[in-house]
Amino acid sequence: MPDQLADDAPLTTARDRRAVDDATAALVEDKGDTLVGRAVTINRRADELFAYFRDFANLPSFMDSVERIEVLDSRRSHWVVKAPGGRTVEWTSVITEEAPGSFIAWASEEGADVPNSGRVDFRPAGDRGTVVTATILYDPPAGMIGRLVAKLFQREPAIQARRDLRRFKQLMETGEIATAARTRKQPEEEKA
Amino acid sequence: MRALAWHGKHDVRVDTVDDPEILNPRDAIIKVTATAICGSDLHLYDGFIPTMQKGDILGHEFMGEVVETGPGSTLKKGQRVVVPFTIACGNCYHCGKHQYSACDNGLPADNQDIAQELYGQPMSGLFGYSHMTGGYAGGQAEYVRVPFSDVGPIVIPDGVEDEKVLFLSDILPTGWMAAENAQIEPGDIVAVWGCGPVGLFAVQSAFLMGADRVIAIDHFPHRLELARKFGAETINFEESKTYEALMEMTGGIGPDACIDAVGLEAHGFFVDNVWDQIKASTFLGTDRAHSIRQAIIACRKGGRVSMPAVYGGFIDKFPLGAFMEKGLTLKTGQTHVQHYMPALLEAILDGEIDTTFLISHRMALEDAPRGYKMFHDRQNEVTKVVLKPDLAAAA
Repeated sequence: MPDQLADDAPLTTARDRRAVDDATAALVEDKGDTLVGRAVTINRRADELFAYFRDFANLPSFMDSVERIEVLDSRRSHWVVKAPGGRTVEWTSVITEEAPGSFIAWASEEGADVPNSGRVDFRPAGDRGTVVTATILYDPPAGMIGRLVAKLFQREPAIQARRDLRRFKQLMETGEIATAARTRKQPEEEKA
Repeated sequence: MRALAWHGKHDVRVDTVDDPEILNPRDAIIKVTATAICGSDLHLYDGFIPTMQKGDILGHEFMGEVVETGPGSTLKKGQRVVVPFTIACGNCYHCGKHQYSACDNGLPADNQDIAQELYGQPMSGLFGYSHMTGGYAGGQAEYVRVPFSDVGPIVIPDGVEDEKVLFLSDILPTGWMAAENAQIEPGDIVAVWGCGPVGLFAVQSAFLMGADRVIAIDHFPHRLELARKFGAETINFEESKTYEALMEMTGGIGPDACIDAVGLEAHGFFVDNVWDQIKASTFLGTDRAHSIRQAIIACRKGGRVSMPAVYGGFIDKFPLGAFMEKGLTLKTGQTHVQHYMPALLEAILDGEIDTTFLISHRMALEDAPRGYKMFHDRQNEVTKVVLKPDLAAAA
């Protein structure tokens, strides 16, 4: 962590890139130079949210860009994620640290298409439920260009993380994920 | 099915489209028996609301019969329901506080980005009102998919006619909340800008809440006449100077509470309004807002301003100085329909509130494009158009 914190805002909102670089090493295992962070308040208990999230097989239900996740053992899972241009990227993720009901931290193994690391924190927020904060550090595929292209296709991780967390909230609070579609075939047509 | 679709400015058509299906557990499909054209639908018709797409099905005031339910719905086939125009989950923090129009989960995750950028936080979903409010298909159709059907729709007892309860979907709760937001105290003088449905219901509600006098402001003689029937005094702003009249009618004090039920398409030839119009047509600003400015200037010191009127974007020359110096309170917001429906249904069943006076025209759904044009062009006598999918189209 830097010697002096200028304020109490999360690092993910810092204007100065160097502050991020200085601090991320302490935050999560360093697997890239792009930091994404999002907080969302979900009207459920922290242990319930943790339990659903910790079963990685559940994650594709609300993570739109994740094609599939194979749970390899209690700590390792293999991720297949949609990338721009109809391609997919893959990596194996290892849980580096966790505290049930409180947080999960992970890092990708060697050989990842997109090296990444991060943590998800579940912090009780009284009668508002739980504040869930996702902090992700990653190395974009082809640097800035890759991120620009990804943004064009709305797969930019910052946008994706924000939308995924909203879907997680919807699923946990309402039992379903909101759609404005009128017919079953409509969303498929829009994705095509 | 047949449905009224938006194709562009002043271009709405009845198209044949696919029937809606149950997509989520808490969904229900409603067969529409009555649906109304809302004043705010005219904002869409006039092309003032961004993020509309060709083919969007309009309509957010509707009721009908339950024909299909998902496993999470509490409705039963055959029940008659009125559907609130706000799509709210009933589970999130805001719904827990009965702030249904601020629901966190009514909008699809991807549609929340626009409202988040524009307003700071996304709001609830709305039926048939652009993609910024979710892109949900509306109720000017034969069938509608209604999400969160265990929370929103209110069941109507048998034997109560559609027309008596249809306006529970939007304008009656909106008029009621407008008066509630004006925090009316017994003995108050309340001024209401705009005698459209919301304004007229606000007049009714203000009296029910104990207002001593209500002054209604409009320029359509027929609408002022309706306000007068409820006991309101009237100002026709084409005949009289509104601010001066309000000051004289309140002994130089100004109204205790001011309700702006006009909104972003304020009529009238005022300097600031014309300037707004120029800017609106050149995309420099979206909102024409004479009424809210005048409400703030006219309101008595320490008074209350309530704004049920729809505004979407930014305005200039908001009289912030008058607002601050006079210590006014401003309350506004999309209506928390689900919160108000049960009590207002009771009031209708008890005969305390009657809203059927408002309906000036009944038409087949097939004639909806004509209904829009009429409502748009002839606002004096066309106070409310109700569309009925069962009616045969006029020749």
